[in-house]
Amino acid sequence: MSVAVPLVEHFAGGLDAPICLTWELTYACNLACRHCLSSSGRRDPAELSTAEAKAVLDELQRMQVFYVNIGGGEPTIRPDFWELVDYATAQRVGVKFSTNGVRITSVVAERLAHSDYVDVQISLDGATAEVNDAVRGEGSFAIAVRAMENLAAAGFSGFKLSVVCTRHNIPQLDSFQALAGRYGAQLRLTRLRPAGRGADVWDELHPTAAQQHELYQWLLAHGERVLTGDSFFHLAGYGEALPGLNLCGAGRVVCLIDPVGDVYACPFAIHDAFRAGNVRDPGGFAAVWRSSELFRTLRGPQAGGACAACSAYDACRGGCMAAKFFTGLPIAGPDPECVKGFGEPRLAAVEPGSAPRPSPDHSRPAGVPVTLGRR
Amino acid sequence: MSVLDQAWELAPQVSVRPEPFGALLYHFGTRRLSFLKDRRLLAVVEGLARAPSAREACAVAGVGPSDIEAYERALARLAETDMLRERTS
Repeated sequence: MSVAVPLVEHFAGGLDAPICLTWELTYACNLACRHCLSSSGRRDPAELSTAEAKAVLDELQRMQVFYVNIGGGEPTIRPDFWELVDYATAQRVGVKFSTNGVRITSVVAERLAHSDYVDVQISLDGATAEVNDAVRGEGSFAIAVRAMENLAAAGFSGFKLSVVCTRHNIPQLDSFQALAGRYGAQLRLTRLRPAGRGADVWDELHPTAAQQHELYQWLLAHGERVLTGDSFFHLAGYGEALPGLNLCGAGRVVCLIDPVGDVYACPFAIHDAFRAGNVRDPGGFAAVWRSSELFRTLRGPQAGGACAACSAYDACRGGCMAAKFFTGLPIAGPDPECVKGFGEPRLAAVEPGSAPRPSPDHSRPAGVPVTLGRR
Repeated sequence: MSVLDQAWELAPQVSVRPEPFGALLYHFGTRRLSFLKDRRLLAVVEGLARAPSAREACAVAGVGPSDIEAYERALARLAETDMLRERTS
C-alpha cells in the first residue's frame, strides 16, 4: 500500500471535523484545584442552555464526531448533565466525561456500567490523600476513591484514572498504576499546563528536568497500557517517539468548546489569542471549525523559530503552544520544558509579570465555602 | 487460514468516517480509534459485508496482486482489534 503523504501531515493540515473535541459544560465546580486549566469555580450566567447544548450535539452528530470529552468545572453538577449524555448517546455521539467523582454514587455507577457509549475519567493528582489534597483540596482524594469503588462494584471495567503529572506525584507513578489496577481502571497521565490557575502554580508544580526524564523512561516501559492523550509529545525530543500521534492537534484535530460556547484551539488555551469563534455565531460550530481565521493559520506551515536548527525539531515540533504562551515565551521557539534544555535560559529571561494572563477567570473568591444541593 | 479467505463485516459498534486520506474508524466498545491509510482500503472494508471473502472484496476494490500482502496485513490488524467481525453467512 502506498501512502504518498504521511498521515501526520494530513492531521497537521486539519480535518473536516475534529477527531477529539473537549467540551467544558460548566465553569461551576465543587472543588477549587490549584492548577485548574479553566480557572473554574463559579457558574457563568451566559452558559449554554439545554436547547443550545443539544443543538451543538446535533451538529457534532452531523459532522461525525465519534465522541466528545466532557469536562468543566464539574460537569455532573449541571442539572441537565444526564439529559445531555442521553441525548448524545442516543445519536451515537459517545461521551467520555471527566469528573472529580462527587456525583458517582452507586446508583449512577450502575447505570454507567450498562452504557457502551459512556466512559468516565476520575481525576486524581496524588496516589495518597496527602499529595492529592494539597493540590485538589481537602477531602477530594476520598471523593475520588469512593467513586472508583462504586464504579468497580458496579462492574464498570476500564474507566480511566486521570492524573496530571506534577513535581509531587512523579515519584508515585507505580502507585498510580497499582491504584488503577485495584479498581479495574486504566491509568491516564497528562501534562501539567500553565493554563488557567495552572499559570500561578506552574513554577512550583511542573516536573523538574530529571523528573521529565524519569517520566519518559516510565512511559517507554509502560506506554502501551497507559493513556496520555498525546500529552507528552515534547518528550519525543529525547529520541524515541511515545505511542500516539506526537503532534500538537490544536485547531487541527482537537479543539475546545467552553461553557459559554466559545471555541478555543485546545483545552489549554483559554485566552482571546486562541479563540476561534462561538457556537452561537451564524453557521454554528461547523463554521468555526472549518473557516475560522485562527484555525486556518494553525493548519498552515508553522515557523520553527529558534527550534528549526535543532536535531530534535522533527520529533517534538517545538512542543506545546499553550505552555509557551502562558509562560511568556514566543510560539516559534522552544517549549519551557524543552528536553534539550533550551527553554530554561529563555524562561529566566522573561520579565516577571509580562506573560499573558489566562482569561476569563471563574474562580470563587477565596474563603467562600461550597455547598452542593442534593439530587 | 489467511484473513483473505474468510468472510468479514464491520463490527456493529464501529463507526466509519471517510477522510481525504482514507478513513477514521472508531469502536465504541473498545474505545479504540484506527486509521485506514488510503481510500482503496476504505473501499475494501466497505465491500467486505457483500463479498464471499476478503480476497473478493480486494479484487472488487481493484487491489492488484503486488499490493495484496499489504492489504492482508491491514485487514488482519483490523480483525485483531475487533474492528472486523467474522461472518458465517
